[in-house]
Amino acid sequence: MLTYLLKKLGMIVPTFFGVTILAFLLPRLVPGDPIELMVGERGMSPERHAELLARLGLDRPWHEQYLSYISDVLSGDLGTSIVTREPVLSEFLTLFPATIELSLCAIILALGIGIPVGILAAVKRGTLFDYLTMGISVTGYSMPIFWWALLLILMFSVGLGWTPVSGRLSAMYWIDATTGFMLIDTLLSDEKGDFISAVRHLILPSIALATIPLAVIARMTRSSMLEVLGEDYIRTARAKGLTPFRVIGLHALRNALIPVITVIGLAVGTLLAGAILTETIFAWPGIGKWIIESVHRRDYPSIQGGILLVACIIIIVNLSVDLLYGLINPRIRHGR
Amino acid sequence: MSGLSTTTQNPKAPHPLAEFWGYFSANRGAMLGLGLLIILLIVMLGAGFLAPHLPAEQYRDALRMPPVWIDGGSWRFILGTDDIGRDILSRIMHGAQVSMSVGGMVVLLAIVLGITLGLIAGFSPGIVDTTLMRIMDILLALPGLLMALVIVAILGPSLSNAAIAIVIVQLPHFVRLTRASVINERTKDYVTASIVSGARRPRLMVITVLPNCLAPLIVQGTLSVSNAILDLAALGFLGLGAQPPTPEWGTMLANALQFIQSDWWIVTFPGLAILITVVAFNLLGDGLRDALDPKLKR
Repeated sequence: MLTYLLKKLGMIVPTFFGVTILAFLLPRLVPGDPIELMVGERGMSPERHAELLARLGLDRPWHEQYLSYISDVLSGDLGTSIVTREPVLSEFLTLFPATIELSLCAIILALGIGIPVGILAAVKRGTLFDYLTMGISVTGYSMPIFWWALLLILMFSVGLGWTPVSGRLSAMYWIDATTGFMLIDTLLSDEKGDFISAVRHLILPSIALATIPLAVIARMTRSSMLEVLGEDYIRTARAKGLTPFRVIGLHALRNALIPVITVIGLAVGTLLAGAILTETIFAWPGIGKWIIESVHRRDYPSIQGGILLVACIIIIVNLSVDLLYGLINPRIRHGR
Repeated sequence: MSGLSTTTQNPKAPHPLAEFWGYFSANRGAMLGLGLLIILLIVMLGAGFLAPHLPAEQYRDALRMPPVWIDGGSWRFILGTDDIGRDILSRIMHGAQVSMSVGGMVVLLAIVLGITLGLIAGFSPGIVDTTLMRIMDILLALPGLLMALVIVAILGPSLSNAAIAIVIVQLPHFVRLTRASVINERTKDYVTASIVSGARRPRLMVITVLPNCLAPLIVQGTLSVSNAILDLAALGFLGLGAQPPTPEWGTMLANALQFIQSDWWIVTFPGLAILITVVAFNLLGDGLRDALDPKLKR
């Protein structure tokens, strides 16, 4: 297991440095004066320009600039936003819980519905239920989620008035951000009805964000289950006279879920990309909306820090999934 | 080949294309996808004379007119008009030209570049292969849409820059796929035979090995068109792709949120067009995979 771990770690280090190169190059590739881009001032006097050039180190050779950028990054300094003048890292950390909360709800929704539906579709292969769910699933993973989010608002907020249109909490409540997770913070506070309000705000964005992972998980569970159901040990289990529930729930499911774990790992990327669109539409104050706003405001230090942090999250999640995978399936660990 | 089969008295093997069509046409989803795609192609190519109005023509007397089946609608504007009086149906039909041709071209470019780089990587183990693949890993480190955003942030928002961004986002998939098939094929006997008979590297790459690597690339290519269309629409929606008044489907939805309370048709139809197109390509891609994958044929 240790060699497996080291091998995986060895693979992510070059990727991490690759992403830092990408982030480093970003403001330097944009046409225009990098000083103006990074500081956000226009019409600077030549003295001010020269002073900033020296202060940002942009007059030094590229490899020195990169080395100083890397040492800043490794010590946790990701620069300062040119719009809010706040450190990029602290802005990110303030907004990140909102994205985690939304993504967690979405993935729970996707797993909670996707796995049972996938199993049922496999067991009832060739029936109307199977065709119907697979048809819905193709539609689900083809969905332009920004449009789907608009439709959900149209139906449930505008049409039926069941859920609020945007935000994380009704404006009548004021909650201290103890943990940054609205569901927990509202439970901790004494205000009446605030938890319900937080839940109601969370429903539509979670559905919108969960749609694509849900469709993928349902398909994956179905095909993986079908594969396992054809195995000899399943026939043996059936021949022994075990109840169908035991055969499927205990014998088949364990092996069928292994590929699904990989899909969950891949879903993190889908969720973070989806968060960009979902958060923008529902005015959800998370990192997806923040990155889009940074792109629109041409706030390059924030974009730079944002992509680096998002890439790190994805790298770490993929590493954990790989390790989990190796833990569950010894064939991978000892495999080629 | 046919002489061989008569002497062994085996039934004549069907032509590979006929065999492929046999599997493909038995798949109802795939045929549905193909049918949808043909309709979309007709709409796309014929938008110029099929569409009742010009995409940018503004009818000041018919602002935000509902579709024909709603009270107040008229046959003049079947799917209604938007906030400045443009016919939504005509814009969607012309939008098909933008979304589908750009989506198709993006994927074509990514395939050609990806095959080239993949062949190079697969045929030159060592430093070239490692460097290329590490660069591809970096491009894959961010989710596709975010990577595209970063590239648009560098190049500036426009339809062509969005297209370039999506080519770069899709490239690594084709490079990896080509490289993997090349490495798989390279050690096979027919390749060795070709080397022994003196084939040079370019011939080996393009004429000997590449045709045997195409099946997965065709499948990935079809599925990638749907991703390209989705990403293009998402960038347009975020204001970073095609700019108004281009009738691109995502761009048409960019301001839709402000009409959601009153004029649902402005929100609904462009997105429906995206969904139908993406479903068509996904069904087609799934069908191609099933028909081309020898493992599933048995």
